Amino acid sequence: MSYWDKEKECMSRSDLGILQLRRLKETVFRLYAFVPAYQQKMDEAGIKPDGIRTLDDLEKLPFTTKNDLRDNYPFGLFALPMSEVVRIHSSSGTTGKPTVVGYSKKDIDIWAELMARALTSAGASRLSVIQNSYGYGLFTGGLGVHYGAEKLGASVIPTSGGNTKRQIMLMQDFGTTVLTCTPSYALLMHEVMQEMGVSPLDLKLEAGIFGAEPWSENMRREIENKLEINAFDIYGLSEIIGPGVAIECYCKKGLHIAEDHFIAEIIDPDTGEVLPEGAFGELVITTITKEALPIIRYRTRDLTTLNKSVCECGRTHVRMEKVLGRSDDMVIIRGVNVFPSMVEHVLLNIPGVEPYYLLVVDRKGNLDQLEVQVEVSESIFSDEIRKLEELGATITKELESALGVSVKVRLVEPKSIERSEGKAKRVIDRRNI
Amino acid sequence: MAKQISVFLENKAGRLSSVTRVLGEAGINIRALSIADTSDFGILRIIVNDPERAYKILKEAGFTVSETEVIAVKVSDSPGGLAAVLEQMSDQNLNIEYLYAFLGTSGDDALVIFKVEDIEHARKAFTAKGIPFLEENQLYRL
Ligand SMILES: [Zn+2]
Repeated sequence: MSYWDKEKECMSRSDLGILQLRRLKETVFRLYAFVPAYQQKMDEAGIKPDGIRTLDDLEKLPFTTKNDLRDNYPFGLFALPMSEVVRIHSSSGTTGKPTVVGYSKKDIDIWAELMARALTSAGASRLSVIQNSYGYGLFTGGLGVHYGAEKLGASVIPTSGGNTKRQIMLMQDFGTTVLTCTPSYALLMHEVMQEMGVSPLDLKLEAGIFGAEPWSENMRREIENKLEINAFDIYGLSEIIGPGVAIECYCKKGLHIAEDHFIAEIIDPDTGEVLPEGAFGELVITTITKEALPIIRYRTRDLTTLNKSVCECGRTHVRMEKVLGRSDDMVIIRGVNVFPSMVEHVLLNIPGVEPYYLLVVDRKGNLDQLEVQVEVSESIFSDEIRKLEELGATITKELESALGVSVKVRLVEPKSIERSEGKAKRVIDRRNI
Repeated sequence: MAKQISVFLENKAGRLSSVTRVLGEAGINIRALSIADTSDFGILRIIVNDPERAYKILKEAGFTVSETEVIAVKVSDSPGGLAAVLEQMSDQNLNIEYLYAFLGTSGDDALVIFKVEDIEHARKAFTAKGIPFLEENQLYRL
């Protein structure tokens, strides 16, 4: 078991609390002093910086949402003058204005530290050859992992996403040991390997660090078996810093959130009320070391639980359960919440079903209808209609009992569901078109 | 005995023609064909002159394909010809999954492709009862 920064990763929870409180106070003070939008929000909530005396006072502070970032587009929430900002990233604004995030020199250093920590947690070291297939550019994935891998001292191959055949050639020729990308892209790579006649056994790949989209435990098993690697979940979001906010350790019993830099809470997404440890709800994160863009109580829209018990790996930092879904990806069918990852989990429990699927939601008359498209692979194909219909019925039954909503399963031809080099599109909602 | 190639097809325009195009471009002849379908999907079943190559080519073209053992039975091309064979099969407890007609003929006889539950049993029963059927190489050469 190795750590990148044992002193911080394994520090006692009481020392951690003292450190968090000091850093939280500094952060709130700076925000109130330098960011008018925060000052106004805090005044409206009736809380002054000196009102933060214990960590429990955190819940007196107002939330920050994606809309706050949009309303202050582009740099309105920055707490430093632009002369101190050395990097800007931005989300693709699919609806409305994009969200913009900025970093000071120190922010970039801390981010690299966090990523080096994350990579180490997944077993990477100076000896690793890390192929980084997260997209480089405005998206935080590529550069975030890149800086961390360099800090770690590993050899980085900055392939970015795309050109999958070349990725696989480089993986063979350069002896890649660690792959970083989205779980969907890892699957696509495996599919292309098969087409090229490359076996995972021809590769030196040992581990994969996958994130940027929710993926189920069954998807992990699928990827681990197909690529013959150890697959780790990494969590992050650009509004907080990017990848490296939380990472799985070898125990794979939750992702350790880097609590010396972030404070995590779970709230009821409807009421905003803070929930006790272990409760399922929306993850809220406060940054306590960020300089350029400190964020108080950011509503991540990711649903999970927190566990503060000390992990078998020795790390004391709180663990968040693997994210089941973002509330953004959730579809509500006749009042029932459905996450694509739930569908994925059910499908991959049925032998022979491949991990490619698509949810199509439509409204017929006044009734919402959920169609789940599943590709027919050779291992589940039959020359008899009856057997295929039985398969469809089995999938329907399993999905309906897991989701609690009626489902129409449509069997589709292989590769008819779009493959992704980044975040996979799992849902088509025709109700709003 | 013969190898049938089965292909999964979505019920969308152009899917069948794309299978036949892929085979045609590879110089493979379709000798018998049937489609079983539901509202969403269908299964194309074909007998071709070179099943191994057809399987490989269709798979490379991205189709879901399988090979199935079927039996090509000679049926007298006259009224009641098929009924006589079916009766014999029923007497022998041969369960038929599906059947379809061959496009060409073998001399004066029609050919019917049968998919049965237990093909070895069928083979023995046909031989015992003197029901003529074609061997693989005879069929592909027709
Ligand atoms: Zn751990």
